[in-house]
Parts: sequence; C-alpha cells; structure tokens
Amino acid sequence: MDYEIVIGLECHVQLLTQSKMFCGCATDYDGAPPNTRVCPVCLGLPGALPVINRKAVEYTVITGLALHCQIAEFAKFDRKNYHYPDLAKGYQISQYDLPLTRQGWLDVEVEGQTKRVGITRVHLEEDTAKNTHLGETSLVDYNRAGVPLMEIVTEPDLRSPEEARVFASNLRRILRWIGVSTGDMEAGALRVDANISVRPQGQAKFGTKTEIKNMNSFRAVKLALEYEAQRQIDVLEHGGRIVQETRGWVEGEGRTVSQRSKEFAHDYRYFPEPDLPPLVLSSTEVERLRAQLPELPEARAERLMARYGLSQYDAGVLTGSRAVADYYEAAVAAHGNGKAVANWVSGEMFRLLRGATLEIEAVPVSPQALAELLRLVDDGTIGISVAKTVLEEMFATGQRAGEIVRAKGLTQISDQDQLRQVAADIIAANPKAVADYRGGKPTAVKFLVGQVMRATRGQANPTVASEILEQLLNESNGRQPS
Amino acid sequence: MELHALTIHAARAALQSGDLTSVTLTESLLNRIYAVDNQIRAYLSVTPEVALEQAEEADRRRAAGDTSPLLGIPFALKDVICTEGLTTTCGSRILHNYIPPYDATAYRRLREAGAILLGKTNMDEFAMGSSTENSAFFTTRNPWDLERVPGGSSGGSAAAVAADEAIFGIGTDTGGSIRQPAALVGIVGLRPTYGRVSRFGLVAYGSSLDQIGPLTKDVTDAALVLGALAGHDPLDSTSLPTPVPNYETALRSDIRGLRVAVPKEYFVEGMEPGVERAVRDAIQVLAGLGAEVGEVSLPHTEYALPTYYIIAPAEASANLARYDGVRYGHSAANPSDIWDLFRTTRDEGFGAEVKRRIMLGTYALSAGYYDAYYRKAQQTRTLIKRDFDQVFTHYDVVVCPTSPSVAFPIGARVDNPLQMYLADIFTLSLNLAGLCGMSIPCGFSEGLPVGLQFMGPPLGEPALLRAAYAYEQATPWHTMKASLPLDVTSSELNETDEAEIG
Ligand SMILES: [Zn+2]
Repeated sequence: MDYEIVIGLECHVQLLTQSKMFCGCATDYDGAPPNTRVCPVCLGLPGALPVINRKAVEYTVITGLALHCQIAEFAKFDRKNYHYPDLAKGYQISQYDLPLTRQGWLDVEVEGQTKRVGITRVHLEEDTAKNTHLGETSLVDYNRAGVPLMEIVTEPDLRSPEEARVFASNLRRILRWIGVSTGDMEAGALRVDANISVRPQGQAKFGTKTEIKNMNSFRAVKLALEYEAQRQIDVLEHGGRIVQETRGWVEGEGRTVSQRSKEFAHDYRYFPEPDLPPLVLSSTEVERLRAQLPELPEARAERLMARYGLSQYDAGVLTGSRAVADYYEAAVAAHGNGKAVANWVSGEMFRLLRGATLEIEAVPVSPQALAELLRLVDDGTIGISVAKTVLEEMFATGQRAGEIVRAKGLTQISDQDQLRQVAADIIAANPKAVADYRGGKPTAVKFLVGQVMRATRGQANPTVASEILEQLLNESNGRQPS
Repeated sequence: MELHALTIHAARAALQSGDLTSVTLTESLLNRIYAVDNQIRAYLSVTPEVALEQAEEADRRRAAGDTSPLLGIPFALKDVICTEGLTTTCGSRILHNYIPPYDATAYRRLREAGAILLGKTNMDEFAMGSSTENSAFFTTRNPWDLERVPGGSSGGSAAAVAADEAIFGIGTDTGGSIRQPAALVGIVGLRPTYGRVSRFGLVAYGSSLDQIGPLTKDVTDAALVLGALAGHDPLDSTSLPTPVPNYETALRSDIRGLRVAVPKEYFVEGMEPGVERAVRDAIQVLAGLGAEVGEVSLPHTEYALPTYYIIAPAEASANLARYDGVRYGHSAANPSDIWDLFRTTRDEGFGAEVKRRIMLGTYALSAGYYDAYYRKAQQTRTLIKRDFDQVFTHYDVVVCPTSPSVAFPIGARVDNPLQMYLADIFTLSLNLAGLCGMSIPCGFSEGLPVGLQFMGPPLGEPALLRAAYAYEQATPWHTMKASLPLDVTSSELNETDEAEIG
C-alpha cells in the first residue's frame, strides 16, 4: 500500500534580546558559569513577579509579520502548569488561547514545486533551566531559565521529510534575516520538534501521530522523519497500531526511541497569568513595526532577478542571508555589472568563506575592494586566473587588489613584441603540437596557449597570446609549404 | 499614656518635639513584646537587633531634619512579606527556614519612610484561613479573650497592634484577611484598591486578589501608613500608575452629603444579633452626622463565596507549585527519585487547609472542569463587580458589617472548613471586585469588638478615610483597649516608658 506522510512542526526560537523575558537578567549565558545570570524572578523565588520584556513582544510581532500572520489586537499570557526541576515556578508563562500572532504562511520549494505551509500561530513564552545529570546527582543551571522563547507552530501541511527540512531551513533564513534570532540549532537557539503521522494514500482522516524531539540539525530533521515515517509504515503493514507518544531522535543510532513517561502525559491546566496585564497592540504600533521590517528574502530574490538578470538559482544563493544580499548589492553598486559580481560572490568568495569557515559578516574583503579587483579584470590589467590568486591574497591579508598586483608584478602581458618572443620559443619547443595544428587540428593551439601562460606565470593575456600563436603558425606555414 | 500604647500620630508628635527618641520607643515596644507575647503569641520572630539599629538610624535621620510621618515608628510585619536576610515563613513548615535574598517593595517603602521593624507576625499558612489556627507553628490569641481567635489570616499583626505590641501592623488581604482580624480584635484595618500597593515580594496566595495594607489603632494612622505603602512599582505589572493623593487631607469630620449605601444582602439571617445591632447603630450615627444613607441591592452577593473559593484556590494551586524541595525551604530526606522528592516535600511541608485549597484549585482548572468552574467563576466575578459599579454611580461608600460574628473560640470551627469560610462572607466580594475597604471598631457584642466595614470604588480610599474618620471622631470605640489578664508590663518597663508624653 502507498502511504502519505503528514508532518507539522513546532519550532522554539530563542530571541536575541539583551535581557530575559520577565526580568532584567542578561541572556548572554553561553559559556557563563552556572547560575550567574539569575535573580529572584527567574529563580521563581517566593514573592517575585514578572515584568514583560517589550523587545521580545516586538520581535514576536515582527516574526509574525514576516510570516504573513495576523497580529492580535489583544493578547495575553497564561500559566502552563507542570512540575519539573528545570521549571522554577512549577509553571511556565506561555500563551494559550490568545497568542500574539496567528494564521500566516511560509512558502517552501521542493523539486521545483512551491508549496504554501500554513503557520497556525507564533507565540511568546519563557525558556526553562538546564538539567545536568551526573550519576546519582542532578544539577540545575537557571542561566537559561526565563530567556525569551518564541514558539512557531505550523499546520500539518508538510508531506515529506524533505519539505520539513526545507521549511526549517527557510524559517531559519527568515529569523536571521529579520534579526530576531541566531537560529543556531546546535546551540539550541532554534529547536525543531515534529508531529508526524502516515495514512494510506487517499484517506482523509489523519493517522495517529507521534512527536519527534532532539533533532539538532536540518539533516537530523530529514533523517529522523524519514526513519519515523518508515517505522510507522512498518508497524501498520504488520497489522500494528501507532501509539501516540513523544519519541527522541538518537543521532548516533539513526533511530527514534520512545520517551514515554507518565509524568509528561498530563493536563497543563492553562489559565490566564494574573501577574501580567493583557497585551494590547495598537494598529499604530503594529504599523510602526511593519515599517521596520526589511525586504524579505523572496521579494529580494525576485528583485535581484529582475534588476540584474540573475538566474533563480543565483538569486536564491545570494539571498541566503541578508548579509550576503547586502554584500552583493554593495559590490554591484561599486562595480556595476550584476552578473559578473554574482559569479564572483557565489563562486570564489563563497569558496574562500567555506575554506576559512567564516560567515559573510566577517569577510576581510569589502564589497568596494571586490569591485576594484573586478575592474582590474575589466580593463585587462590582470586575467581571470591571476584575479583569483589576487582575491585569495586579499582574503588572507586584507590588502587591496591594486597593491597586490603592483607588489607582485602581476600585470597582464598584452605587449605584442614581448608575447611574440615567448610564442616563438614555445612553437620551437613543441614540434608535436605544431604538427598537430598543421595536420588539421586547430584545437592544438589551446595547448600552446597554455604553455605560454605557464611560461609567463599566468601573466600573459590569453586572448592576445592565442592571436599571436595562430599568426606565427600560419606565417611559417605559408613560408614552408609541405 | 504608656509609650507602647501610642498611636503613630501621637508618637510622631513626641518624637518631633524631642521628648522621645525612636530608640526609647522601640525599647518600650520590645519590652511590651517580652512581657505579653507569651500570652498573645502574635510574633513568629522578633528582631531586636535589627529594630534597635533601625531606631538609631531613625534618630540620626530626625536629627538631620527628616520629618517623614513614619520615621522611628516601630511596626509588626506579617510573615508573608519578604525581608532580606530575615526568615520569611508564610506560617508554613515548607518555608520554616527560608531567608529571602531581597526585600519586598512594601517593606522597602516602609524602611525608606523610616519605620522600625520589630519582627514578623503569625498568620494562617500562606494566608489561607480566618483565625491563625492554620499556622504551622501556633495559634495567636485574641487580646480581648485569650481563648478566642484573633481572626485571620493577618491575626498576628492584628493582635500585636491590639495588644500594643506594635504601634502599627502590616497585613495582607485576599478575601478579608486584614479587615476580618481588625474587626475581631477591635482595631482599624484597611485593604487598599487592588494595584495601589506593590505586591512585589509578597508571597502570593491569590495573585488577582492579594493586597497589602495597614492595621492600626485609629483611622489617622491608617491614612499615614497607606501614604507610605502606596504607589506605582515597575516591578509589579499589576500596580497602578495613578499618583498617590495625600490621604491625611481626607481626614475631615464633616461628612454632610456623603452618600452611604447599605446593601440589604449584608444583613443576613444567622448573623449575630449583637453584631447587627452595633452596625445598625453605627449607620444611625453616620446619618446623624449628615450622611445621606440609602438601601441598595448587590444581587450577586450570594455567589461571592463559591466564586472566591474557585478563583483563589486556582491561582494558589499554581502559586504554590514552586515549593518542591529543590531550591529552598523544606526538602524531604532521602527521596527515591525527583517525583518522590516533590511529593514527600509537599506532603510533609503543607498543612491540611493548604492541601485542600491546592486540590480545589487543581480540580477547578482541570481539563473538562475548567469551563464549569474556573470560567464560570470569572464570569460571576464580572457580575459581582458590575453590582458594585452600579452602586458606586450613586454612592460614595458602602457600609456593612465586617464579619457576621465576633471572635469565635479557638477550635470551634477547625473541623468544619465551610463554617470557617463563612467568616469572610462579608469581605470577599470586595476582593473579587478589586475595590478598597476598611474595618473600624463600632462597639461590642457580648464583650467582644464588632467591626464596621466601609467599601469604596477603585482608588476610593479618600472617601473611605473620610467616612471612617468622621465616625471615629463621633464615637469612643477606638480608644477602648483589652486589658490583658496577666498584664505584667508595668513591672518590666524601663524608666522612660512611663515618662509623660506631651
Ligand atoms: Zn532574572
């Protein structure tokens, strides 16, 4: 039987605010000694009260706007009750029936098909502490407790693990693009959980779902969901029933395992948080935030294609992050040729960044410096291959292209007399190639051009060298008829 | 008059004139505590070193020209309000050893005003109760009859003031816990409008109902303490930004034209005849002073008790979830796992009434019951509030009894929670509606004090104070003191305590 996979995602996103969700403690706990970013509020001490972090509310609204959501005029916080040592108050302040934003969408493109994935809601809550288990002892670090956490819930619109992976990746691009989160999955700044079920093709009713956790990379999202879909299909094919449960992805073993625990299978008894007034968002406030929203990736890709004649692929690559797109457009502004700049940025520049494991934000070559390099190519001062070497040097030392070319004497040799002498030497030294050429293989001249380039350590202008070689070969051919 | 028996305003005059120092006054109060608290048992902890150090500082501030109304005045603080470095137990075994690392805003404000902390007072565990019998430690006695309760939950602070063991006291009122004990021990208790006083550092019971307020010997003192407590606090998102008026200017004895409503639902069958008589007489006094008295109806009054006993326990069930033995307070020994630690800590740490209310609240919020209980209670709460809104469009204050009975014997109601809950039947509507109110002495029934309750609209404290002050000026009740059977204070007093105060 053929099965259809149905997936919905719940993504938890740590927001890039300076302070925690309900107190003034700093959020820079990464690497800090345990329990050094805490106060009575985030420790849940008796008598402490929460105060809403306005920036976190703004970030959530901005995210909602970027995901085409409706922004609530009236939202509230609720208490989600459960006991666990990482939850200092015995309840988490979250949002239940009146979230900040709801009903949006995000497009994903898989195998050339664009699909619109519904966003059920984006709401705001607080992160929990971190438990560390050491044999018989458990330690709790409350540094993370109370860090603003945004939860993005999708409709069950995804139909394959690959769609889920692309969705998560697109979502991260947007979160980074609008500057609300690092989206770093390994550091836990973006945590993707999935609800997945399978059903026979054509069946309208959803199958029983499982919730998959611990997927710490986009690759893990895809692998875990592929494994889980197959596991569910196998259970059904053998006449079994799917148990609704939470399962964890075990990266090392490549499988999901049940995390069933009766302590978790309960009623959260949500009720309105009496310590916080409702959030009232005026339309003026929402419009102010909408005006701050940058041009979003899809729109920017469309514009790059229209304005600079880029392919859809190049436009996609150059809008991988807002910083890349900004870099690209700054270089185009300084140079003028959109396509040439696109090739250099997505080709050589990306190769160097990958090699150095750097993000574009830290690139040592400014857009203006790249434009200068390209101008040296344009005016024939250097050739493409020398330009690549020069870019490597610029990347390593931060020097400008002109300085490197001057200091290393890399100016391209276009001088006819100088090249004629080299070409003559090469012809003399390569009788076989000469014979091939004269024997009716015009492509043999390419080999000779290569030899000229080699002899000039890449400085010869290959076009000029080729012309001179053909000229010399044809001249001597005329004088010495065979 | 003996120093410990002074009101704030009398002590203030003596301190200001130079006839008295705060150190002397504080020593007098400490001696009074040592002399009578073995009978009253108002205090859970007395902090003489802290008090004397604060008193010395107050005398220095006065010498430097500070004239704050509460400067150098010793007071008793309910043990549900956090004090940095000083045990804060909430009357519970689960916090018997808890020392907060920070001060509640209300305590900080009192300290900034120069008031002197004498100690922390007994209370029903986590403010749940009407008699202090739910304290995990002991029951406080009513100074008028040591075999009777002082009311609750702020019974410790109320009894301390009534027995002259503090010049004033601080209580909290979630369903009547300031007004009811004030009535039962014959003093003044003021519960401010929800949001008027910061709850930051007040250990929460019912977050949408809790409010801190003064317990004092007269209405003037209540105005002075309220002035120090009130004000916006950025650390409490439910605190009101409205500027604080000068409450002393509201203390005028002329109430001609003041519109006073008498709700017929507050004179019910089953209330003690002596209580009804005293309250009816008091209403006659108000009319005689020129107030325009009219009868009104608050039709949803009968739903207040069930509504309160859903909302307050629901909030409490979450507020008390943090006491799990992991970070502070009582922690069960040798638990088998984390769930056993939670379970055993809470089983050992909480008393019966607290457990009862946690279960009530948990039930009311459970899936399948939320709509029938919690949501319904919120809707009823709105109706109760609307009743009052209606009345306050035509009246300045509502007047009624504070409690249907005078102080009851210790042990009389402990086995019957419903009967205990009825002690607050006249006070808890006000909390549900977010209003302000106060109780003042209005006579005696069978030798025990009766309380007269004024209720006002949100931020209507000036009207309350005006009505209460006028009544107080026209009657002798606030000057009457319980004489303790074994009053040994005079022999234990130091010399200055008997000095003549101008
Ligand atoms: Zn904090």
